[in-house]
Amino acid sequence: MTISPISLAFEKSKKERRPALLTYTVAGDNTKKKSLEILNSISNYADICEIGFPHNTPIADGGQIQTASYRAIKNGIKMRDVFQIVKEFKKNKNAKPVILMGYYNMICQYGQNKFLKKCKQVGVNGLIVVDLPWPDNINFAKKCRKNSISFVQLLSPTTSKARMKKIISNSHDMLYYISMLSTTGEKLKVSPRNILKNYVKIKKIIKNRKKNLVIGFGITSKNISSFKSSDGCVVGSEICKKISKSIKNRQNPVTNVSNMVKSLKSKIA
Amino acid sequence: MIKIKKNKLLIDQHDKNGFWGKFGGNFIPETLKKPVEDLAILFEKLRKDKKFIRERDYYFKNWVGSPTPFVKLENLTAHLGGAQIWAKVVSEANGGAHKIYNATVHSLIAKRAGKKYIVGDTGAGYAGKMLSMAAKKFGLKCKIFMGAKDIKRQKPNCDAMRKNGAEIVPVYTGSQTLVDAVSECMRYWVSNCLTTSMCVGSTVGPNIFVKICGWSTSQISRELILQIKEEFGEIPKKLKLINCVGGGSSSFGFWNEFMHYNKKQIEFIGVEAGGPKKSKRHAAPLTYGSKIGILHGAAQYVNQNTDGQIEETESISAGLDYPGVSPLHCFLKDVKRARYTAATDEEALKAYQLVTKYENLNPSLEPSHAFAEAIKIAPKLSKDTIIIVNSCGDAQKDRDILRKRLGK
Repeated sequence: MTISPISLAFEKSKKERRPALLTYTVAGDNTKKKSLEILNSISNYADICEIGFPHNTPIADGGQIQTASYRAIKNGIKMRDVFQIVKEFKKNKNAKPVILMGYYNMICQYGQNKFLKKCKQVGVNGLIVVDLPWPDNINFAKKCRKNSISFVQLLSPTTSKARMKKIISNSHDMLYYISMLSTTGEKLKVSPRNILKNYVKIKKIIKNRKKNLVIGFGITSKNISSFKSSDGCVVGSEICKKISKSIKNRQNPVTNVSNMVKSLKSKIA
Repeated sequence: MIKIKKNKLLIDQHDKNGFWGKFGGNFIPETLKKPVEDLAILFEKLRKDKKFIRERDYYFKNWVGSPTPFVKLENLTAHLGGAQIWAKVVSEANGGAHKIYNATVHSLIAKRAGKKYIVGDTGAGYAGKMLSMAAKKFGLKCKIFMGAKDIKRQKPNCDAMRKNGAEIVPVYTGSQTLVDAVSECMRYWVSNCLTTSMCVGSTVGPNIFVKICGWSTSQISRELILQIKEEFGEIPKKLKLINCVGGGSSSFGFWNEFMHYNKKQIEFIGVEAGGPKKSKRHAAPLTYGSKIGILHGAAQYVNQNTDGQIEETESISAGLDYPGVSPLHCFLKDVKRARYTAATDEEALKAYQLVTKYENLNPSLEPSHAFAEAIKIAPKLSKDTIIIVNSCGDAQKDRDILRKRLGK
C-alpha cells in the first residue's frame, strides 16, 4: 500500500523534530476567491490544511468558527464550491494534504458515495466528521479507506479507556485529541502540562507509531510552543478570528493570516 | 416494513444504535458520548426504581397538579354542530403548560446524578419557565438559552424565568429562534458536561433526550385514559386525539397510552405550524414532506436546502417554530399510525378567537393550531365522534402578539 500524503506530512515534520502544523479555515470565508488565496499562502508554512465545509447548525463549534461559517454561507458558498476550492488549491505545486471537516448532514444530503467519489476526484486526503462518533462511523470510515481517504477519529477527555481502545483499533493514520471539554476556540482551561499528560497516556494506548495523534481546541500562538512534543497541533479559531478582524479593519485577510501561520510555524520549529 | 410493536413502549422500540426505524440516533460530538451514555444508564435505572417513581408521582400530583381537567366544550360543539369537542386542559398544570413534566423529571434526575446546575433551551419560553420553576423547587442553578427573537415576543415567560432566579442567555446566531437556542445549549453542555445537566425541551435531540421527554409527558395520556373511561364508561368507538406538533412532546405524551388501539378507533392527528398564509416558510416538515436530515443529534424530517443547511422557519407560535420534529413523530408518520397536517398563522388566530368566544378556555397559539383542525373537521363528523384537543398551553404568554394581531 502506498503511504498517504497525510502520513508523509507527519514523517516530514518528525524528521524536522517538530509537530506538524495543521490549520483550519472555512471554505468560502470570506469569499470563495479569498479563501483559496488564503490556502495558497498558508500552504507555505502549514503541513496539513483542514478545510471546513460550513454548516448553519454547528453544535460543536465556538463563536469564531460559527462566525466564519455564517459568513461563508451568507456569501452563497455551496458544497460544489467547497470541492472547487479544494480542486483549485490542489493545482498549486506547493499544496498540502487536505482534510475536509464538517457535519454529517451535509455529507448525507450530498450522498455518502457521491461525496467520497468527489473527495477523491478533487484530491481530499482526509475527513473529520464532527457529529459522527464511533461506532456510528464504522461503515463510513471503511468507505473512506476504500477511497484512500483517511477518516480521522476524535478522542476527548471524556472518552473512557475501553472506548478509546476500540476507537483506536478502528482508526486510520491520524487521530485527533480534543484538548479539553469545550467547543472550538475557547480559552485553554486546562494547563498544557495536563493536556500533554493525557496525550502521552493515549499515545501509549495507540502504540502504533504510524498512527499520528494531533491536539486541537484552544491552541493559539500564545500556547502552541507548549505542545512541541506532540505529533501535530491544530489551530483554527484563532485564524478565523484573524479573518474577522481583518475584514473589520479593512485589511487584507490573506496577508494577515499568512503572517500568523508563519509565526505559528516559527514557534514550533 | 417497520411496525409498532405491541408489547413495548414506543420510546423503547429503538435499535441498539438509538434509531426508531430511520429516525433518531446519536449524532453528537465525541465529548458528549460519555455524558449521554451516563444519562441513559441512570435513566434506565431510575425508571425501574420504585422510590424514584413514587417521588415523580408525588410531585406530579402535589406540585404539578395532576390530573389536569378533562372537559366538554359544550358551546363550541353546539356551534359547530358535528362531533363532540372535548379538551384536555393541560394548561391547568402548574406553570401553564405540559413542559412542566419533562422539566420536573430532568431536575429529579439531575439531583440523583449529583449535578448542581441545569441548562435548557426554550422557544415559547414555556420549557424555560418550567425548568426554572423545577430548578428552584429542587435547588438547582439554572441557565436558559433562548433566541433573541423569542425573548422579545414571549416576554411574560421571560419575566417568570428571571423571577425564578434563572439566567436567560440570549442567542443571536442564525434565525435567533428555538433552533439556535438548542444548538447553543448543546454547545454549552459540551463545555460543561461534568458539572451540568442538560434538559432538552422537547422530544428531540440525541436518543436519550427523546426518551426521557416522551416518558415524562406520557403522564398526560395516563390521566386521560382514566378520565375517558370514567366519562364514557369505555373507550369511545370513534375517537380523535388532536394535538399541535412542534418538537412533538405534548402530542407524544397525549397519544402514548393509546398507541396500541386500532387507528380506525382512535385516530391521532398532529397539527404543525403552517406559518403565515402568504409565506413560503413554515415549521411543518411532516406535512410538507421535508427530507430526512440530521438536526441536533438526531435523524428526522427537517426543513433544509439541497446542500443540507437547515432552513429558517416562520410561525406566529414560538413553541412550534422549529425546522425539525421528533424522531418519534417521523416514525409515527412512516408507519401511518398518526396523520399530520398544518394550520396557518391566520387559521390558528381564528381558532383562538372562536374558542375564547364560546368557551371559558384560553389556549395559547400552539394548541390554537390544534383547535383550528378540530374546528375544520368537527362539522363533517357524526355526533358520536369524540374529538379531544390537548389544550397544552395557556395564552397568557401570547398577550402581546394577540393584542397586536387581534386588538385584544
